[in-house]
Amino acid sequence: MKNNKSFKVPLKKIAYWFTNRNHILTIVSLILLVLLLANTRNWFGLYVERIIKVGMVYAIACLALNLTNGCTGIVSLGTPAFMCIGAYTTAILCMSPASKEIVYYLTPMVPFLKNIQLPFVLSLLIGGLLAAGTAFLIGFPVFRFNGDYLSIVTLGFSEIIRVIILNTSSVTNGSLGITKIPDHTNIWVVFISLLIITLFLLSLMKSSYGRALKAIREDETAAQAMGINLFRHKMMSFVLSAFISAIAGGLMASLLNTVDSNQFRFTYVYQFLLMLMLGGQGSMSGAIVGAMIVASALEIFRFFDEPINLGFWKYPGYPGMRMVFFALALILIILFWRKGIFGDREFSWDTLFGKQKTRKLPDNSGL
Amino acid sequence: MTLPVFLQQIVNGLTVGSLFALVAIGYTLVFGIIRLINFAHGDVFMVAMYVAYYAITAFNITWYWALLLTVLFVAAFGILIDRAAYKPLRQQNAPTTTMMISAIGVSYLLQNAATVLFTGRQKQYPQISYFTEVIKIGSVSFQRMAIIVPIITIILLIALTLFTNKTKVGMAMRAVSSDMETVYLMGIDVNNIVTLAFGIGSALAAIGAVFWGTKYISIAPLAGSMPGLKSFICAVIGGIGNINGAFIGGYFLGLLETMIVAFFPQLTSYKDAISFVCLILILLIRPTGLISEKIIKKV
Repeated sequence: MKNNKSFKVPLKKIAYWFTNRNHILTIVSLILLVLLLANTRNWFGLYVERIIKVGMVYAIACLALNLTNGCTGIVSLGTPAFMCIGAYTTAILCMSPASKEIVYYLTPMVPFLKNIQLPFVLSLLIGGLLAAGTAFLIGFPVFRFNGDYLSIVTLGFSEIIRVIILNTSSVTNGSLGITKIPDHTNIWVVFISLLIITLFLLSLMKSSYGRALKAIREDETAAQAMGINLFRHKMMSFVLSAFISAIAGGLMASLLNTVDSNQFRFTYVYQFLLMLMLGGQGSMSGAIVGAMIVASALEIFRFFDEPINLGFWKYPGYPGMRMVFFALALILIILFWRKGIFGDREFSWDTLFGKQKTRKLPDNSGL
Repeated sequence: MTLPVFLQQIVNGLTVGSLFALVAIGYTLVFGIIRLINFAHGDVFMVAMYVAYYAITAFNITWYWALLLTVLFVAAFGILIDRAAYKPLRQQNAPTTTMMISAIGVSYLLQNAATVLFTGRQKQYPQISYFTEVIKIGSVSFQRMAIIVPIITIILLIALTLFTNKTKVGMAMRAVSSDMETVYLMGIDVNNIVTLAFGIGSALAAIGAVFWGTKYISIAPLAGSMPGLKSFICAVIGGIGNINGAFIGGYFLGLLETMIVAFFPQLTSYKDAISFVCLILILLIRPTGLISEKIIKKV
């Protein structure tokens, strides 16, 4: 009897959970997404699969940027440096000693690092932890500033880290960069990383920590007055963001097979800002959608760079033309559409079907 | 290190410092008035180099006319950027970080547009023989530019100080930087003042750019971002919002960079990081810069 009872209750709960339209929709769309991802290569070819992979890696970096810029309201421009740390760590740790021997032909590598070879996921995580540690150290000076001073200081640290990486040739191969990084990123590795990070961040933002971060974004002074420890929360957001950026960097390194510190100049953060502004600052769904749109648009609009011949009109093709449009898009979004696609809300089925939850304001008329 | 070499480095540092100072004015004026870190200023500087380049090589204009043309064109360009990208945000009362992202957008646009228009390949900046002629004083030899640039910079500093202190428009400018709303109520057109700040800043950056090109020879679409950031750092070192501070910061960073490279050649590849370390240290130790004005934080 007892066993039967305790078994029935969760079953009922699960059954009840499945009667909710939104839950069914979520599950169905997740299954469809997985099916789509599994068959991308067969249906659309390697090229499209690669674009999707790059888009998902961008989405991870964008989520990291969103955590600081969108959710906490600290405009950090340090993402490239953390991605750089992640990319280099992953590359160094997961390469085989033999290929390191070939790549480090100018300055031999430190023997300790040369003989090490770890599994990909482990090296990704170590990269993340290293970036998080760096962010923690940087955080102490950074959070003595506010607003745009904070941004410029993170930018400064980002460049300092890049220059240091560029100059430690026995570890990072200096200006030659690292090539021949093994590609461990099939579509599932990237997808599962993105999924885990998204779910983690969504639950974080629903927790008291997330609410504290939002409070800091809305009004720092008021948040402090409510007893929120500003420094601790900002630091948490910054360190987490660094960790996630480094994961994105590591995946990127593995996906591109090369790392070069030049790639991670501070201007690298501009495209993530564009994705974030497009999706809507403060929204995880926005960050992912924005990243996917920009990543695919970067490929789709490649024809602007190449000559077009329409018979009556010849377009000579200018390399880099599409980037002009993306920059223009960033400015136009800031000027006229600062909300972006999602504003600071998350995607929900109710909004999609036009049933917006109306928030009832407390009735103060009787006071 | 011998004395002549040391003097040589001092002269070199003063030239670089003057150029930093000229660009830093643009940051300091704009930040002083609308609290915006104008990321696009470095790229305006880059555009100025290309304008001068094309004026001299393609149109065969004498250097002084080219200088004048560059200054006018770039000043107009700076004003255009303000009108297009920042003024609408000012009128919406957008937070400063949003304006900063808009500035980042403009910077992104200028860099990419320059890559399309001028190609990403480096171009050889024309050598103006009047500036590059080598002069020898004692055992120290340097280009004539090394004397001319600091002199021009100091003349411009004096002119700018006189302008902000003695003329009505200049006083309005100072008033706007201390309290924009009150000045607005006094019947001063704040937007025109801001536009003027952008114009002056861009014009001075253009003068700096003409000499920068002559000194460093090669120009590229991304050539503006590093000098731009360093000049911003100069403005912060001297105390942002303060014109004299920008000059002091410029000479400070110019001399420091040259001296570190001269005394510790092994640090040459860390050159770009030095200025950022400098920025962070100054902000931590003396956030208001070397010449400080009291800042009252309002809640």
